[in-house]
Amino acid sequence: MENIPMLTILGLLPLVGALVAFGVKGRAGRNVAFGFSLLTFAVGFAVFHMSLHSDLAQTVDWIPQIGAHYALSVDGMARAMVLLTVILTPLVLAFEWNNDTPHLAAHKTPRWDVNVFGALALLVEGFALFVFMSADVLLFYLFFEGSLIPLFLMIVGWGGEKRRGAALKFLLFSLAGGLVMLVALIGVYAATSAAGNPTFLVSEIAAIEIDPRLARWLFAGFFFAFAVKAPMVPVHTWLPDTAEQATPGTSTMLVGVLDKIGTFGMIKFCLGLFGEASQWASQLVIIVAVVSIFYGAFMAITSKNLLRLVAYTSVSHFGFMVLGIFAFTITSIAGSIFYMLAHGFSSAAMFFVVGFLVNRRGSAEISDFGGVQRLAPVLAGTFLVSGLATLGLPGTANFAGEFSIMVGAFRVIPVMVFVSVIATVLAGLYVLWAYQRVFTGEPTEEVREKITDDLGGRERAIIGVLIFLLLFFGFIPRFGASVSEKTATATMSQLGIDDPVNGSIGGK
Amino acid sequence: MEAFIPAAPLFVVFIGAIIGVAMEGAVPRLHRPTIQSWWTALVIVAALGWTAVDWNRGQGTLSAKASLAIDGPTWAAWVLLLFFGLLSLLLFADHRVGGGESPFVASASAVPASQAERDAIAARQEQTEVYPLLLFSLTGMMSFIAANDMITMFVSLEIFSFPLYILASLARRRRLLSQEAALKYFLLGALSSALFLYGLALLYGFSGSFFLRDIDSSITSGAGSEPLLLAGMGLVSVGILFKLGAVPFHNWVPDVYTGSPTPVTGFMAICTKLAAAVGLLRILYVALGAMRWDWQLYVAVIAVLTMLAGGLIGLMQTDVKRLMAYSSIAHAGFILTGVVGATTVISGLAEGRIGSVASVLFYLAAYGLPTLGTFAIIALVRRSGAESSGFDAWAGLGRRRPVLGVAMTIFLLSMAGMPLTGGLIAKIMVFAAAWQGHYQWLVVVAVVASLVTAGFYFRVIWVLFGEAPSEQTAVVQPGAGTWTVIWTGIIGTFVLGVCPGPLLEVLNNAAVFLR
Repeated sequence: MENIPMLTILGLLPLVGALVAFGVKGRAGRNVAFGFSLLTFAVGFAVFHMSLHSDLAQTVDWIPQIGAHYALSVDGMARAMVLLTVILTPLVLAFEWNNDTPHLAAHKTPRWDVNVFGALALLVEGFALFVFMSADVLLFYLFFEGSLIPLFLMIVGWGGEKRRGAALKFLLFSLAGGLVMLVALIGVYAATSAAGNPTFLVSEIAAIEIDPRLARWLFAGFFFAFAVKAPMVPVHTWLPDTAEQATPGTSTMLVGVLDKIGTFGMIKFCLGLFGEASQWASQLVIIVAVVSIFYGAFMAITSKNLLRLVAYTSVSHFGFMVLGIFAFTITSIAGSIFYMLAHGFSSAAMFFVVGFLVNRRGSAEISDFGGVQRLAPVLAGTFLVSGLATLGLPGTANFAGEFSIMVGAFRVIPVMVFVSVIATVLAGLYVLWAYQRVFTGEPTEEVREKITDDLGGRERAIIGVLIFLLLFFGFIPRFGASVSEKTATATMSQLGIDDPVNGSIGGK
Repeated sequence: MEAFIPAAPLFVVFIGAIIGVAMEGAVPRLHRPTIQSWWTALVIVAALGWTAVDWNRGQGTLSAKASLAIDGPTWAAWVLLLFFGLLSLLLFADHRVGGGESPFVASASAVPASQAERDAIAARQEQTEVYPLLLFSLTGMMSFIAANDMITMFVSLEIFSFPLYILASLARRRRLLSQEAALKYFLLGALSSALFLYGLALLYGFSGSFFLRDIDSSITSGAGSEPLLLAGMGLVSVGILFKLGAVPFHNWVPDVYTGSPTPVTGFMAICTKLAAAVGLLRILYVALGAMRWDWQLYVAVIAVLTMLAGGLIGLMQTDVKRLMAYSSIAHAGFILTGVVGATTVISGLAEGRIGSVASVLFYLAAYGLPTLGTFAIIALVRRSGAESSGFDAWAGLGRRRPVLGVAMTIFLLSMAGMPLTGGLIAKIMVFAAAWQGHYQWLVVVAVVASLVTAGFYFRVIWVLFGEAPSEQTAVVQPGAGTWTVIWTGIIGTFVLGVCPGPLLEVLNNAAVFLR
C-alpha cells in the first residue's frame, strides 16, 4: 500500500467524476456524479483510517525554477476536513436530486441540467480536497482560488432572480482575498529566495527566519484572505447575499466545506508560518472575532429570510472558531478544529431543512410561513433538532466544540470569553424564535395550499444521516477530538507557547 | 556575407514576402488564396525551424556589423513571434467563418457600397496581398526584436507598422469603420515614430553613436550631457510605449482593435505587443541599464496608469471586442510591471533564478494563447452576416454552443489570472520580478488592477452563461484553421498553467542580452 498515491487518487477521483458527469447528459449524468461522490467517500474514509498508521505524504518537484512542489500530506486537522468534505458532497447531491424540476421554484429562472450541477459540485469537492491536503503554499493557492470558479457557476446556473449580483459579489470578495494572499505568496517567494533557495513548501518556509517586519505584512496578507473566506465582520457581506440567492445545496458546499478553508488556513499558515506575527495581531483578531460573534447573532435574530438567517448564524460561529484559534491554547485550538467539523454538519443540516421548506413553499421569507408543524411534523422536528444542534445544546457536536473553545480560552482571555458566552443565549433566541414563527400557530390558506406533504424517504435519509453525525460526535467527542488535538499540539509547539491550560475535550 | 547567416530566419521571412508579392502577378486569381496562404505558412514554418535549430546550437552572435544581436532573448522572442504569426495566419486564411468569403475586403480600392464593390464581390475577388503584408510585418518585428542599434530599431519599427496600417483598413464588413481605424492608427503611429526618431537623434547627440552598447558606455563614463540623455530616453520610450498600448499613449487601441478585421486585431494584440515589449527590454536594459534608477519610477508610474485605466474603462464596456482592447491595455501594464523590476544577472539576480526578461517572455506566451483564441471566437458570432460583438449578441452563447462557451471561459479565466491557467503563473512571475526589484508597492497596485480586470472578465462569463440566449445571433461553424487556434489556445493555456516548468527553463536559459 505504501506506493499507491492514495491522496492523489482521492483528490483526482471527484475531478474525473466531474468530467464524466459533464459528458453524460441529464439524469444519467446526475447518477454518475452521485456514484463518484460515494466512491470518493469510500476512498476518503479509507484515507482517514490509513493516515492514522502510515504516512501517506508525497512530494514531487512541480516547478523547480521557483521551488514549487506537488506536495500532499494529511495531518489531524486535514483528516477531519477530508472526512467532512467526502461526507457532505454526496448529501448535497442527494439533496439536489431533482433540482431540474420546475416546481422547485423560489427559482423562476431557467436552470441548467442536473448533471452539470453534479459535475460542478464534484469539482468543488476535488478542489477542496486538494486544498486540505496541500503541503505547498502555491499548490494550496491554486486550488483555493480554483474552487471559486465552479461555485460561481453553481450560483449563476441555479440561483434566484438576483443571482447575477450575488455571484459577482461572491466572486469579487473571494478574489480580493485571494489576490491579497497572492501578494503575500510572492513575498514568501522573495523571502525564501533571499534566504537561499526559493521554496513554497510549508515545512521549509516554517524553518526559515523571515524578517519580523516583513512577516507581519505577510501574515496580514494571508489572514485577510482567510478572513474573507471564513466570513468575519466586516468582510462577510457577500455570504448572506450569496446564501439567499444560491440553492441550499450550493450554500452547503460553500459554508460547510469551502468556508472552512478560512479557519483551516489560519491554523496551518497564519499560526504555522508566522507565529510571532500571529501573536502580535492576536488581540485585534480576537476583538474582531467577538464582534463577528455578536454581529452575526444579532443579524440572525433580525433576519426576515431563513437562508440569510442560516448564513448569519455561520458568521457568528466562525467568530467562535477564530476566537479559539487566536487564544493560543491546545484546548481552544483543538476545540476550534472540532467545531469546524461540527459546524460543517450543523450548517448543512440547517440549510437542508430550510431547503425542504423553500422547495415546498417557493419562498424563504419567514413571514410566508406559519403553522407548518401541523402540516409537516417530521420537517418541524428535524428543524428543531438541527436548530438545537446549531445553538450548541449539550449532547450535540457543536456543544463539545464551543465548550472546549470556551474552557481553553478562559484562562487567557476571560473577559472576552465571558462576553461571548452571552452570545450563546442569543443563539437560543434566533433558533427558537424562527421555529416559533415558522412552525407554530395556525397555518394560513396559502401555507396549506403549498405545503402538502411531509418529508419523503430521500429527505429523511439525508437529514437523518446529519442528525446522527451531530449526536454521534456530541456524545462521543473523543472520536473527533483525537484528530483535532494532534494538530493543536503540533501548532502550539511550533508557536513555542507553553499551554496555559491542562485539559482536553474529553476531560471536562 | 557570412555575418548575415545568424540572422537567416529574418531573411527567410523577408524573401518569402517578396516572392509572395511576385506571386500576385504570376499566379491566376482563382488559385491565389490557396497558394498564397500555403506559401506563407511554409515560409513561417521554415523560419521557425531555422530559428529553433540555431537557438539549440548557438551561443549568440552579433550579426550584420553588430546591428542585429542574435542572442537568447532574440531567439526566444522569434520563436514566440513566429508561432503566434502562424496561428494568426490560420485566422487570416479561414474562409469558412465568412461563409466561403475571406475576412478581408474583396477590393480595397472600391468605394464602400459602390457598384464596383458589388462587382468585385460577385466576381469573388479577394485581396490576397494580406499574406505578403503579414510576412513583411513579421520581418519588421523580427528585426526590431534583434535590433542592436537605434537606426535599425527605427527602420524596423516602420517596416512592421506600415503593413499593419494597411491590414487594419481591409475589413470585409463595416469598411468605413475599418478605414477610419486605419487612418487613426496611421496618424498616431506616424506621430509616435516622429517622437522616436527625435529621441534617437538626441541619444545620438548624447553618445555620438547609434549602438546600444555605446550609449551604455557613454552613460557609465559620465561623458555627454544629461538633459540630452533624459529627453532622448523619454522620447524613445514614448515611441515604444505607443506600440505597446500603454497609457497615456493608448488612445488608438480601442478604435483600431474594434475597426480592424478580427484576425488582424488578434495579430496586432499579441505580435505587436511582443515586439514592442522585447524592444523596450533591450533599450532599457542594454542601452539605459546604468540609468535604471531614473527610468524605473517613470515606467512604474506608466504601468500603474496603464493597468488601472485599462481595467477601469474596461469595466464600462458592453462590447466584447472593445473590451478585449481595454484588456490588452491592462495587460500591457502587467508586462510593464515585469519590466520595472529590472531583476537581471547584472542587478544581482542569482544564477539560474527567473528574472525580468524570462518572466516578461513567459507572460507574453501565456497572454498570446488565450488572446488569439478569444479573437478566433469573436469572429464567429454574427448578426446578418457581419460580426456582432455587443454583449446583447453574445448573451447565452455558452448555452447554445457549450464547447465555444467553455473555450471562451477558459481564455477569460487565463487572462484574469485564475489558477490552473498560464495566466496565473505568468502573473506570479512578473510580480515576483517586480518584488525582487524592490517594487513591492507596484505589486500591490497590480493586484488591485487584477481584481478590477477580473470584474469585467467575469461579467463576460456571466453574459455567456447567465443570460437567456439571443435569438437574432448566429454562431457560425468554425473552419479547421479557427478550430486549430482555439484548441491550441485551450491546450496551451492549461499546459502553461499546470506544468510551466519546461518553458520557464528554456526562457530562463535565454534571458541574457548580448551587447
